[in-house]
Amino acid sequence: MPKTLLTLRVNGETCEVAAPVHKTLLEVLREEMNLTGTKHGCELGECGTCTVLIDGEPWLSCLTLPVEVQGREITTVEGLAAGSRPHALQETFTELGAAQCGYCTPGILLAAKALLDADPDPTRDQIARALAGNLCRCTGYVKIFEAVELAAARGREGR
Amino acid sequence: MPEGFSVIGKPLPRVDGMGKCTGQTKFADDLNLPRMLHGRLLRSTHAHALITSIDTSRAEALPGVAAVLTGAALPIKFGILPVSQDEETLAIHKVRYVGDPVAAVAAIDEETAERALELIDVVYEPLPAIMTIEDALARDDVRIHDYGDGPNIHKMVALEFGDVDEGFREAEHVREDVFFFEGNTHLAMEQHSAVASYGPDGKLTVWTSTQTPHYVHRALEKVLERPAGRIRVIATPVGGGFGGKTDPFSHEIAAAKLSMMTGRPVKITCTREEVFYIHRGRHPTLMWVKTGFRGDGRITAMHFKSFLDGGACGSYGVASTYYTGALQTTTYTIPCYKFEGLRVFTNKPPCGPKRGHGTPQPRYAVECQLDKAAADLGIDPVALRLRNLVEPNSMTVNYLRITSCGLRECLDRVVEASGFRTKHGRLPRGRGVGLAVGAYMCGAGVPIYWNDMPQSEVQIQIDRGGGITLFSMAIDIGQGSDSVLAYTAAEILGVEPSDITLVTADTDLTPIDLGSYSSRVTFMAGNAALEAATKMRAIIFEAVAERLEVPADLLVANGRRVYVKEHPERGLSWPEAVRVAEARCGLLATTGSYRAPQLSGPYKGSGVGPSPAYSYTACVVEVQCDPENGEVKVEKVWIAHDVGRAINPLLVEGQIEGSVYMGLGEALMEEQVFRRGVHKFPSMLEYKSPTTLETPEIRSFIVESVDPEGPFGAKEVGQGPLLPVIPAVANAVRDALGIAIDETPITPDKILASVTDLRRGGTGRIGPARVPSIAFKAPIRVEPPAGWRKVTV
Repeated sequence: MPKTLLTLRVNGETCEVAAPVHKTLLEVLREEMNLTGTKHGCELGECGTCTVLIDGEPWLSCLTLPVEVQGREITTVEGLAAGSRPHALQETFTELGAAQCGYCTPGILLAAKALLDADPDPTRDQIARALAGNLCRCTGYVKIFEAVELAAARGREGR
Repeated sequence: MPEGFSVIGKPLPRVDGMGKCTGQTKFADDLNLPRMLHGRLLRSTHAHALITSIDTSRAEALPGVAAVLTGAALPIKFGILPVSQDEETLAIHKVRYVGDPVAAVAAIDEETAERALELIDVVYEPLPAIMTIEDALARDDVRIHDYGDGPNIHKMVALEFGDVDEGFREAEHVREDVFFFEGNTHLAMEQHSAVASYGPDGKLTVWTSTQTPHYVHRALEKVLERPAGRIRVIATPVGGGFGGKTDPFSHEIAAAKLSMMTGRPVKITCTREEVFYIHRGRHPTLMWVKTGFRGDGRITAMHFKSFLDGGACGSYGVASTYYTGALQTTTYTIPCYKFEGLRVFTNKPPCGPKRGHGTPQPRYAVECQLDKAAADLGIDPVALRLRNLVEPNSMTVNYLRITSCGLRECLDRVVEASGFRTKHGRLPRGRGVGLAVGAYMCGAGVPIYWNDMPQSEVQIQIDRGGGITLFSMAIDIGQGSDSVLAYTAAEILGVEPSDITLVTADTDLTPIDLGSYSSRVTFMAGNAALEAATKMRAIIFEAVAERLEVPADLLVANGRRVYVKEHPERGLSWPEAVRVAEARCGLLATTGSYRAPQLSGPYKGSGVGPSPAYSYTACVVEVQCDPENGEVKVEKVWIAHDVGRAINPLLVEGQIEGSVYMGLGEALMEEQVFRRGVHKFPSMLEYKSPTTLETPEIRSFIVESVDPEGPFGAKEVGQGPLLPVIPAVANAVRDALGIAIDETPITPDKILASVTDLRRGGTGRIGPARVPSIAFKAPIRVEPPAGWRKVTV
């Protein structure tokens, strides 16, 4: 199958990847770049599991073609931490047990990051709306809400 | 924090939390091996058909295809229960449901494998298909399997404990009700996936997303006809199970065989649509329940009938059938009890165990009927339940041993917190509250295949730097089993959970744990870990005692030190203590084993239901129903769960909240239904499940009855809290609108139909009218346990 050379900015690094042009961003991240932190639940844009950030906005990587996002900033869960220091959301999700099986977690973390970057003090209702496209079958969402709220509070305190 | 513990009872992070939050946890589909091929399964497009021929030549000729496999190469059948070995890896002569695997391909990539499937020519001869319980019972001209208790009856059971007729004669009020619980599926976020690698040394390794690596190991041994020692099964972290990954599956065996054929690793990851067809979820169940009450509400007798729509394979179905009759007696004292149940085969994806396995359906029926009876008798629903509650340290009429039981406290907590007594029957039309309770096992007392070996074993080994490694076959499916094992060892050895390295779920490296099902892991693997850690501590204490010249029983292990309790300055650091012990004893390695006490009653079928302990839950749900559009909004849920002892209250709450969520989905929207054998909506968009927007406020209460046999007194929490949620919703809807939706899910169309019926002078009931009038076999009559109190006037 003919491959196209793609130039992608992923987690702050410019990478050249050769992949068939019809491969989704999800497939290229996971299969060509070995960034398997991005998960898939349906590959039809229904569950939110494969969420990544494109220029800070949550996108479904299973519905995105890499050629569409060349030159834009792509953030996956692997790029959330600053070096070895976890992102505030990674800390609070861990502390409060907001990840159970952990499979939906990367997508939810990124959707929550986009929310907090846009609004450092969201209400419970705003959090629920921002995460309404991300299914989780384990938690009942309660601990996820609490973890986002705790990360937001710490962010406002400058921690 | 409970006094005397330094780890147990603390809201600590999960030990696997950060790995999952950084994307470093490797799930099965995240594995990529050199030269790995990608496999796909061809699945039947017919619900019931004979296979006339399969021609794979065109697929084999496709460039990039490495191997094509059909059922003839794997003729040995398998299945999770020894009594239902009715599954073929790939169908040989006959397909039994749309989605039944018929061929498998391994190719250089998924697209090539997918194209190859299209080139496999299968000729089918369609057979009449059976789609309903009624059809399965009525037809004997069509047979799905050639075994069972009737043409299409997989299993029929009938048990009578005490004299039920006499019990009903004692009753002043008798109710008969019929309910239907719709099937639904697990919908774990991770699709099933397996990677198999057959090495030049003749060793086969299978990494798979499974809740039961031991049973996958056994199935591979049997079907591939290879010694168990030449097969290694590694369960990868499971991205959600809920019972959906507890059977051995065709894709696991096919991946293994394809790897053996090609000498290359093979990965098969199922699509979301395939997962809907793999199923093994909640059995659609039709139920009839007749209960006798005295005027004061005391139950005199219960007769329960269940009809399970099993789908096309046995799976756990025999156990599922018994479970629909087993646990009714664990919450209420039922003086005499009769259970008749049957499971039919139908040409639909196989049903199996989903969270609560066979018990949410009868729990829903019993709790809904109790509310109706309370209204008949003019007794409030709380009082009716209190009047019948089981007592701790008692025996049920069907020989289930009840030890710790915090049900009364659970009930008190939710009734008080919710203001149930002031709300029930008193809220404005459209608003209502509902109450229900439940109980669940802490591990099945009897293993799936008969054996007299332990159900859980743990090994602990310490290196001379002080590092502690704990080996266990338990697999974390999100419920937190890794954390429970680490907390247990850390508590006993006086270190931090992060000091424990876990090696889990690997048949080569870890001692047995039967798997993450039946809520068994905390109780059974936890007890095994407790024993191994306690033995290790004793070895280290003896060595340290010798060195310090003090009696060992004066020592404690805490804060990464071993020291004299009354003189904390007299002691050794953990690494020093370990070195002293290794110098004295050699390799520091201990083991622990757990086997449940002998709990079965004196009758056939008594293997299902006994457990070393039962968890208890009570739940109140408040709803707002719109009679104009039929919408139900769950406003708030109060739920109290007797977990014995919370090993980690944060994780206990997480299991309670997740159970509430899943129960609400089952109560209000989830349904696994088929049209001529084809799933109506095999997608996550159309299979409705609750999102963040449907999440109510959940107020959870942890009740600690401190079980005498649980590790640190702990019991289960993964499944029990789901049970009362569904009937509590149904009872709340009845309270809100005066209607009775006697089937799940309670959808807007049913509410509108019911409200309309009520307005036109009808009863406002939606639900099945009757159960099939089939003659069950004569029941096995069982005398109640010795000393069982007779019904007295």
